[in-house]
Amino acid sequence: MKKNLKITQKALLKSPWVFHLSTGSCNNCDIEILDVLTPRFDAERFGVMLVGSPRHADVLLVTGAMTRKALPRVKEVWKKMARPCAVVAMGACSMDQGIFRGAYNTPDPVDSVIPVDVYIPGCPPKPEAMILGLVKALEVVKEKFQGEKRIDKML
Amino acid sequence: MTLLFNLLIFPGLLFTGFAGGLLSWFDRKLSARLQWRRGPVWFQPFADLAKLMGKETILPAEGSRPLFLFAPVAGLAAVLVASWIIWLSLLRPEMGFVGDLIAVFYLLSVPALALIVGGSASANPLASLGAGREIKLLLAYELPLLLSLLVPVVQAGSLRLGGILAHQSAAGSIAGSWSGLLALAAAVLCQQAKLGLPPFDIAEAETEISSGPLIEYSGPPLALFKFTKMLMLPVMPLFLVTVFWNGIGSSLGGHLAAVAKVLALVTAAVLIKNTNPRLRIDQAVKFFWGPVTILAASALLLALFGL
Repeated sequence: MKKNLKITQKALLKSPWVFHLSTGSCNNCDIEILDVLTPRFDAERFGVMLVGSPRHADVLLVTGAMTRKALPRVKEVWKKMARPCAVVAMGACSMDQGIFRGAYNTPDPVDSVIPVDVYIPGCPPKPEAMILGLVKALEVVKEKFQGEKRIDKML
Repeated sequence: MTLLFNLLIFPGLLFTGFAGGLLSWFDRKLSARLQWRRGPVWFQPFADLAKLMGKETILPAEGSRPLFLFAPVAGLAAVLVASWIIWLSLLRPEMGFVGDLIAVFYLLSVPALALIVGGSASANPLASLGAGREIKLLLAYELPLLLSLLVPVVQAGSLRLGGILAHQSAAGSIAGSWSGLLALAAAVLCQQAKLGLPPFDIAEAETEISSGPLIEYSGPPLALFKFTKMLMLPVMPLFLVTVFWNGIGSSLGGHLAAVAKVLALVTAAVLIKNTNPRLRIDQAVKFFWGPVTILAASALLLALFGL
């Protein structure tokens, strides 16, 4: 049974503000995020903005393999976000720790600490993949609003 | 009843809010086109506000919660009253009161005060840093802005917005004289700081101190702050058009010309915004107390000599 969306929920799908959290990435994903905002792809067409404070954000974009030092910070930032919000893990490292799996300084994958809604694979992901990930994240949020069970959360 | 209509529908909340949303879109779209991007759809600012209204409001654990919630409301209310006084003097000049120019001037500085109070109430170190910068910026640009607003007062010999408008319709626009033109130039630079646009977005500085005073705000209070900022986009240029540039006139041609003038002032602000990187606070204070104050003061001197 699909519920009709409230106007504030519809608006959220039209203006996802993104907070970018690097948890010890090699900076390649972070550079690639800028490609989505610059003229060739221009994610502002869909209302996407990078914001400076997790309090303002609707989407938490996590990059990197989450080092031991970053782990408590990731938890803290996720707690600080205003609900409703979604979490996107971007890049091979934040999906399954990539080449850092089993390393002494990256004890846990990101999704063991905070609930991840969408994964974007790639090292780094292409801008097209990131935009697809954004669309999927918005679909996940929409389904959450409609009260449906999420079937396939993997990209 | 009329007062309520004026404050809530025209020219208050609904009308000015709609104009502010459209101008905010104009700002973002023009910025995007200047950077060779496509830019957002026209209802983007409204979607942002609607979304924020549905988000959770997080209150600071330490710090003053009543002040934290009261500050955005005070800022919004002040801009609405200021816009109402300006429109009143434009539509019914005889209804204004002596010194309404000064009242508008002070009401328009309340949003900055609200930002300072709200930021300080959130007990966040970055917010207090931003609030401190906002105080310094306020001190910096109020002096030249007040000096440049004295030029129309001297020329028209009246402290009423209605009197300044009557003088302009009789003797031509203030900006048509040398002193008026210099004063308008100084006021446009102050407007940039009042709207919080780069190079004077020092208090919010998203990449540096994570939105400064707004850092702890979320949900509806943040929406009110964003809405106040949108409202300033039509209100501040309209104030300058009223004081320096003939107001909105009485014919349809005059109204259209006024819309074009407001758009021109906003376009100037967007162009300055997109071509200048953020200044440090000390550079901004030096800029406003140095060149801009000298510009405004020389305009005032010229006005006193009748030029």
